[in-house]
Amino acid sequence: MDIAKLLNDPVNELAKLLTGLLAGMGLPSALITTILLIIGVVAIGTFCLLLPLFLIWFERRVVARMQDRVGPNRVGWQGSLQTIADALKLIIKEDITPIGADVIVYNISPILSVVAIITMWAVIPFAINIVGTTLNVGALYIVSVGSLGTLAIMMGGWASNNKYALLGAFRTVAQLVSYEVPMLLSLLVPVILARSMEMNKIVGEQSIWFVIAAPIATLIFFATSVAEVGRTPFDLLEAESEIVAGFHIEYTGMKFAMFFVAEFMHAFTVGSLTAVLFLGGWRGPWAEEIPLLGIVYFMLKSFAGYFLVILMRASLPRIRIDHMLDLCWKFLTPLALGAIVITLLFDKLGPALLNVEYARWVGPDYMFARAGLLLLGNLLLGLITLYILSSEARRQRRAAEGEPAADHAAHGGHDEHGHGDEGHGHAAPTHAPAH
Amino acid sequence: MDALQIVFLLTSLVILAASVAVVTVRNLIHAALSLIVALFGVAVLFVLLEAGFLAAVQVVLYIGAIAILIIFAIMLTRRVMQDTSTQTNAMWWVSAVMAVVLMAALAWLFMPGMSPLTFAITPLVPPADSLARLGASFVDPNQYALPFEVASILLLMAMVGSIVIAGEKK
Repeated sequence: MDIAKLLNDPVNELAKLLTGLLAGMGLPSALITTILLIIGVVAIGTFCLLLPLFLIWFERRVVARMQDRVGPNRVGWQGSLQTIADALKLIIKEDITPIGADVIVYNISPILSVVAIITMWAVIPFAINIVGTTLNVGALYIVSVGSLGTLAIMMGGWASNNKYALLGAFRTVAQLVSYEVPMLLSLLVPVILARSMEMNKIVGEQSIWFVIAAPIATLIFFATSVAEVGRTPFDLLEAESEIVAGFHIEYTGMKFAMFFVAEFMHAFTVGSLTAVLFLGGWRGPWAEEIPLLGIVYFMLKSFAGYFLVILMRASLPRIRIDHMLDLCWKFLTPLALGAIVITLLFDKLGPALLNVEYARWVGPDYMFARAGLLLLGNLLLGLITLYILSSEARRQRRAAEGEPAADHAAHGGHDEHGHGDEGHGHAAPTHAPAH
Repeated sequence: MDALQIVFLLTSLVILAASVAVVTVRNLIHAALSLIVALFGVAVLFVLLEAGFLAAVQVVLYIGAIAILIIFAIMLTRRVMQDTSTQTNAMWWVSAVMAVVLMAALAWLFMPGMSPLTFAITPLVPPADSLARLGASFVDPNQYALPFEVASILLLMAMVGSIVIAGEKK
């Protein structure tokens, strides 16, 4: 037993140690593999369920600091045990099932929402050789498991036998299913760049982080993932002022806590996925020799992403539902398609211009040229997007400012059509002095 | 019987039970949820056949999109959520006959001894780069480029059509 080795690569060394121990007891190797797999599943699952204890405290403190409050600071050091006290309270609370609720579906829903998040972690690489399972469709797996979370919300909203819960579930489908489209499209960009859907290969290809070569895809992925979690500014699923608490209005005690855990873990998973796909995952100095360092880098990057999610939550107002859908279908989806086209085009243009083979182009020789060229393409796309947006905004502002009467007449007082313009009409007076 | 066979049998049982539930349960939402269980079981079968890509796509498309759309449609349709509607219409016996014929044909085709076909059963060894080969075969003119493009155009037409139908009436 080598202590240095153990510190270097704790997970695999422990697995080796345990294998030796079990083999010494005379167990067949298939059974040992099964036992190790179960231990691995339990370890990752426990990690996913315990981490929110810390995340909730962390988020409450950060948000409190941003809002000039103190936040929880009584239980334990700086209030760090507050979440445990809250969890205890939730466990001993009465478990209420509303009359008319569909008992089976009502009870499966919170479990499914947590399961959907935990199973995502099966393919997320913690370090070069610490990953739950190597799946050659890892990126697709993440999306497919994520869609189970949508289903859980839908089931909970319907089974509660509550109008507000059902409305929350409807909004969920409108939001989560639509935002899945640009998310999938932006996910394609790192897959194209890494030429693999396997998560660890995607990390392995990032000698230069993909955020350099694909900044637009990074932004789209991050924004759509936040929408998938249902966090501010996309928290229409549980808008307190309109539908009280949305789909989980009827849930009490530990069942409510499970939705809560799922949401916080999902928010952290957004940070981790952004880290894995765009920020180089576990990569960093000496991470390949010392896997333990890889875990540290991965966690730091994940928390950076999570911190950004918290900052957004504390500083942005909730967006209106038509704006939310407009943003998805009229802005993010076309932009994501553009990002894919730009990535493909410039990734093939480079080797054609320099007259090198594609296999060498993606290798270490040309990594700076490749990242630079793709960055150039993204900048081009960004400039075009900005130009289109600003000219569109100018057009709308003119329409709102110049001849409001004619504008109204043109629409013939159609209520449905007026709905979209209403927002711009309101926005125009506040914007007008600035320009 | 090895572990793989046990998993296969359990999965098949779940799929069959869920499929029966889809057509017999009175509550439409329960039927839709049973459909999801059945579709998930098929995804498990894909995993057992070492077709991870198909399994992931099965979950994304059928559970993540189609099943949720079905549930959404049920929820938005007035009065179908009550348990009073009849489950069959005048054509029930046609579908019953069709189902029996199909089952008999499949049994005849695959039952050892009766089958007119001969099967060479070879162990399943998927190539390591099966995913990359799948992708390449879609864009290879000698393989499936044409069907792939035809399917894409069909989907595009469906998408444009749905936008036209759902769009504002001018």
